[in-house]
Amino acid sequence: MTDVQKPDVQKPDVQKLSYIAAQAADARLNVELETEGMTLNIGPQHPATHGTLRIIVRLDGEQVIWAEPGAGYMHRGYEKLTEVRTFPQVTALVNRIDWLGSFANEVPFILAAEKLMAIEAPPRAQWIRTILFELSRIANVSLFLGDLGVQLGAITPVFMAFRDREYVLNLIESATGGRFHPNFDRIGGLKEDLPAGWIIETKQVMKKLRNFCDEIENLLFGNEIFQSRLRGIGVIPAEVAKQYGLSGANLRASGVDWDLRRDQSLPLAYDKVDFKVWTHPDGDSFARCWIRLQETREATKIVDQLLDGIPSGSVMAKVPRIIKVPEGEAWVSTENPLGEMGYYVVSKGDLGPFRVKIRSASFNNISIVPWVLRGVYVPDVISILASLYFILGDIDR
Amino acid sequence: MMPFAILGADLPYWTQSLLRVLGGAVAVLLPAGTIVYLFLFKMMSFMQSRLGPMEAGPYGSMQLFAEVGKWLQKEDISPTRADKRVFRLAPLVVLMSTFLLVAVVPFGPDAYFTDFDAGVFYMLAVSSISTLGILMAGWSSANKYSLLGGLRAAGQLIAYELPMVLSVIGVVIQAGTMNLQQIVVKQNSDSIFGWNGLGFPYILTQGVGFLIFMIAVQAELTQTPFDMPIAESELVSGYMTEYSGFRFLIFFIAEFATAGVFALIASVLFLGGWGVPFAWFDWAPVGGGEIDNWMNVGGPLIMFTKMMVLTGIIMWVRFSYPRFREDQLQRFAWKVLIPVSLINIMITAILKVAF
Repeated sequence: MTDVQKPDVQKPDVQKLSYIAAQAADARLNVELETEGMTLNIGPQHPATHGTLRIIVRLDGEQVIWAEPGAGYMHRGYEKLTEVRTFPQVTALVNRIDWLGSFANEVPFILAAEKLMAIEAPPRAQWIRTILFELSRIANVSLFLGDLGVQLGAITPVFMAFRDREYVLNLIESATGGRFHPNFDRIGGLKEDLPAGWIIETKQVMKKLRNFCDEIENLLFGNEIFQSRLRGIGVIPAEVAKQYGLSGANLRASGVDWDLRRDQSLPLAYDKVDFKVWTHPDGDSFARCWIRLQETREATKIVDQLLDGIPSGSVMAKVPRIIKVPEGEAWVSTENPLGEMGYYVVSKGDLGPFRVKIRSASFNNISIVPWVLRGVYVPDVISILASLYFILGDIDR
Repeated sequence: MMPFAILGADLPYWTQSLLRVLGGAVAVLLPAGTIVYLFLFKMMSFMQSRLGPMEAGPYGSMQLFAEVGKWLQKEDISPTRADKRVFRLAPLVVLMSTFLLVAVVPFGPDAYFTDFDAGVFYMLAVSSISTLGILMAGWSSANKYSLLGGLRAAGQLIAYELPMVLSVIGVVIQAGTMNLQQIVVKQNSDSIFGWNGLGFPYILTQGVGFLIFMIAVQAELTQTPFDMPIAESELVSGYMTEYSGFRFLIFFIAEFATAGVFALIASVLFLGGWGVPFAWFDWAPVGGGEIDNWMNVGGPLIMFTKMMVLTGIIMWVRFSYPRFREDQLQRFAWKVLIPVSLINIMITAILKVAF
């Protein structure tokens, strides 16, 4: 795919669609034949919630008239746990928040700690961080692209996704030693340098991943059934998306041009590469999925560019053996695979943080569920949830 | 007619009946097992870049026996609040529909279970019995997901019954008979403008009908893209949610056996059934003799081959497509398939009168 590809807009009349959805939800259906509604518990044990999210929906026939997400079945108390850990130990915890893109969880926390300590990682470490960040984005979103098929009944794409994600996980493993939970980021740099031959291998894998994206685009996105299931469904206008605090691909799919990789200057290598931030004016489920597909492609290009220009040198700055973070407060957020992920770190000058507030993307992203599910049918509940794309660990922390 | 003349003897009625029952069981269960192994286990796995079962038997070919053994050992659970009698009966009703369907399929000049003139009519009638079983299962399970699945199934199967009937009418008009055996004979003894090297399989003139029939079959089988009633990502498993052990096995067998039987019927109606073009052997339409005997052996094999090809297509679609939404598939049936099949009937009737 080339860069000239434009978002294929179908119906930008978003306001009208959301008006219809609201009308359908508010109207008393079956006025003459007074029927009884049905309350359906989707979850906590349900194949569509990939985890333990519970969504309580009130149904009239198959139409949803009221929906409420119930989070917290997987709450692990990471914010509290950080208070009894030292700074370097926290990365092992936050790895488990978004478990599909683990490395991306470590970066904002480490950056916040570095900000408090007023040190900066050497350039090579910054570049490798950015590469691994994008690799975890690819690992995360490629699984989404496969899982999307399963939610809509196509069982083949998910195996392709698992097959090609494996290459990325192997790369992450060979670089960091951990497939899912690398725990590789250190205050002041990285644990180790890249292994020999890693760069060439990564370039080959990126080619494979681009092929995978084309494959998924042909198999799913070009499919009429797929389009008819997602187009015009679950429309979130830009204003509503902003009000509910959506971030990441969900926000960009509503036409808001907002990407923290580009919009803020962190000690990461994003300003050294040339990449496009995709937006889509529709704001429907299809737009959200399409944006993620394009972002996976874009991420492979970012990795390619970074690999070409990776500087030499040390991967670790000079930091004391025992890390004590000076007193202060810092907020750092990055554009994670699921959306904006931020850490508000308060330090009292001890070995560990005094308090850490984690802003994870999925928690905000599913807060729109009651709004967006009104008036849709049960099959659309599943496709909308799939397109919003949440990871349970990212909701419950 | 002399059923089972292949055995070279006139058998007493009870022996014939017994043989028919055994033959029916073989004709339903053997293809079902083959389909499950070949397509569900292996083709699907190869499509998804994996090997599928490899441990039980050579290349995992005994896997199905292992699975059946597992299911047989499981406890027969029925929910506390279920309507127990209906709950237990439902899978049997679904399987019964399959057995009744295979009864009219001819496998050779004399190799058939029954041969009666309203064959097509009977086939369409009994195929909808499975709807009843699915509704029973959905309603009696006392589960909201099952109920939704059962109701979806009822709506869908009734909607797709109609295009199926209408697509078959074209064949009936062209053949001038509802007897499936006669339809096979007609297809193989007719000629295309005097050239009889290929017989005259009705797919040539009823291509649209064949397409609609296969789509309707896909929907009747509740296979993807029409698997809303099962929809495992939404309704857990639809009307089958509460079933376990042997009763689930029966649903499972019925699903694949029905796929095979519908493929048999499609090959009878559109692809020339058990026959090879009779002109190849200078053979007058069915009337005894040596060739008849040979065809009694070869016919089932030809049918089996055609069935496997058609089932392969059904499964191929199943493993690669996402599913329709309920309202979309209803719209597809009523606004596309039914008008097209009505036009098909009209054109067929006009051409029938013209030629």
